[in-house]
Amino acid sequence: MLNHRASRIAGLLLGLALVSASFAASVMLGTTDIAPSTFIQALMHYDPTRVAHIIIVTERLPRAVIAALVGASLAIAGALMQTMTRNPLASPGILGINAGAMFFVVIAVSLLPLHTPAEYVWAALLGAVVAASLVAMLSRGRHGELSSLRVVLAGVAVTAMFVSFSQGLLIVDQQSFESVLYWLAGSVSGRELSVVIPLLPFFGIALLLCMLLVRHANALMLDDDMVKGLGMRAGTIKLLLGLVVILLAGSSVALAGMIGFVGLIVPHMARGLFGVDHRWLLPACALLGASLLLLADVASRFLMPPQDVPVGVMTALIGTPFFIYLARRKRA
Amino acid sequence: MTHSASLTQPGNDTAATNRAVILSALLALVLLVSMGLSLSLGSFPTSLEQVLHALFAPRDSDIAFIIWELRLPRILLAVLVGAALAVAGAILQGIVRNPLASPDVIGITSGAAMAAVIFLALFGTGLSIHWLPASALLGAVFSALLVFLLAWKGGISPSRMVLVGIGLSAAMGAVTTLLIVISDDAAAMVAYVWLTGSLYAAQWQDVLGMLPWLLIAVPLCLSYARHMDAMALGDQVAQGLGVNVLRSRLVLMACSVALAGAAVAFAGGLSFVGLIAPHIAARLVGREFTRLVPASALVGALIVLYADLLGRVAFLPKDLPAGIFISGVGAPFFVYLLHRTRYQNH
Repeated sequence: MLNHRASRIAGLLLGLALVSASFAASVMLGTTDIAPSTFIQALMHYDPTRVAHIIIVTERLPRAVIAALVGASLAIAGALMQTMTRNPLASPGILGINAGAMFFVVIAVSLLPLHTPAEYVWAALLGAVVAASLVAMLSRGRHGELSSLRVVLAGVAVTAMFVSFSQGLLIVDQQSFESVLYWLAGSVSGRELSVVIPLLPFFGIALLLCMLLVRHANALMLDDDMVKGLGMRAGTIKLLLGLVVILLAGSSVALAGMIGFVGLIVPHMARGLFGVDHRWLLPACALLGASLLLLADVASRFLMPPQDVPVGVMTALIGTPFFIYLARRKRA
Repeated sequence: MTHSASLTQPGNDTAATNRAVILSALLALVLLVSMGLSLSLGSFPTSLEQVLHALFAPRDSDIAFIIWELRLPRILLAVLVGAALAVAGAILQGIVRNPLASPDVIGITSGAAMAAVIFLALFGTGLSIHWLPASALLGAVFSALLVFLLAWKGGISPSRMVLVGIGLSAAMGAVTTLLIVISDDAAAMVAYVWLTGSLYAAQWQDVLGMLPWLLIAVPLCLSYARHMDAMALGDQVAQGLGVNVLRSRLVLMACSVALAGAAVAFAGGLSFVGLIAPHIAARLVGREFTRLVPASALVGALIVLYADLLGRVAFLPKDLPAGIFISGVGAPFFVYLLHRTRYQNH
């Protein structure tokens, strides 16, 4: 673990370098490899007659931006959820928030004439709220305490419910087959940069709230009484942090569908490296989460070419061994 | 031993048993009537009289063909599959001591589904579809073994088993999704309908293939009823009462896997039956295992029977998979149940 301030700063800088490298790899590698010079050229002097430039600007670049954004958001959301529930297995995927957002998006898209993420992000946020409240309600025990197995089971049951609703919709309305599959599997490809920009305020607000609440999140880890010392009630803080989680997870699902396990694994890796202090933990989560999803996306292009494997499948395959490791380690 | 008072009090027990027997008999009667109802409804209109005639004095007529070859096997398979899933769920909830456990949650169903989708992807839909159930069953057994293996740590803790099962089913679900995404649209749709759970085109050989599993597993798990009830009080109490906890758990788990695996093999992934049927049954007859199992089986059979009936007749000429209705009604109902039972369990 990095204990000194200087080594932590160095660690974050290394993380930044890792994100940049993964980002570059994501833009350059694929069925058509692209030279670094072509990439820079395409950014500086975009030439719509050159195929490589078109590939970069309409396909690779948006894909990398979405992967980085979604990876960072899910990782931060996961870290906050693990702090709030004091459960190492909590994450937007396991606790059903992604599934709730996905189902509401699927419904909205198939019933209303909505076409861009900016239009249906509201459905995703609503779904995230519904799922989060359901799980929070269901996972409380007799004295309002959170039992850790119960939280996870409630999350899995809620996920199963939303996923089977979506599958039902898929069979009734076969027109929506392709799109529903896209949401279910989770993918960062096939979007243009222009649809990402309207969603940036959502991520921005969430990050701002995050920064304001870092110290409160630290206090929440220790004891609910400690929080009162900061002049805010634990319930209020949890509600605000819950809002951050919903903004991050909901907007991520609107962009990329259900991508699991990033929010579960990354906070553990970040905690192992940077410790439990949220001032370091959250930036570290953002950097590592972005790198993980970027690299998973690059790997997904080479798993069975020429098919693109949905990145959600990749993260599930990478994440499961880790989840099982955590489940075994936990004193249950 | 104050814990086990509820198990051994003779006076209360007889009354409760009588009540359970009466309720179960009522359920069985409702099931029989429902089967008759389902037999006479369908895309081809048939009167009850014609149905009875075709049933008991079959001749070479269209109606006899519809009743004997189309509707009856489908109805029987629905009943058997529903019963199997419900009993599998009742066993698992007992072992794990948690009302949220079910074959879907801990990965048995997703293992079977993955194996079936691999089968469909490898051999297409044309070739020897009769081997699909076998591969699904193999997948269920494989995933259950994997769950056991990965949850083993000098013993089996139920909660660890559930968590490992959840993790594994996520991975197997990912493989299933992957195979569906990469296969062509028609094959993907077949796989998807199958995953949702459907009794479409059930045949007598399916019924005969399903039946032995119930005939073996249900009596076997009932013979362990005393052990199950003792384990419900905690491992230490059960050991004190002379129960070999590990062996009982293994045998009961094997029954659950066999039942769930066979059900998924013949009818696809019908979610929520294994989850909600034992809940309803427990509210009717209590959690004592010898009463719970028959009642769960009957409730599960009723759920799948009506879901399939709805799918067959409600949206004619479409024949929708039963799984849609079970999830549509079952999932919200499950959430409601969960909310109600949250004060009773850990």
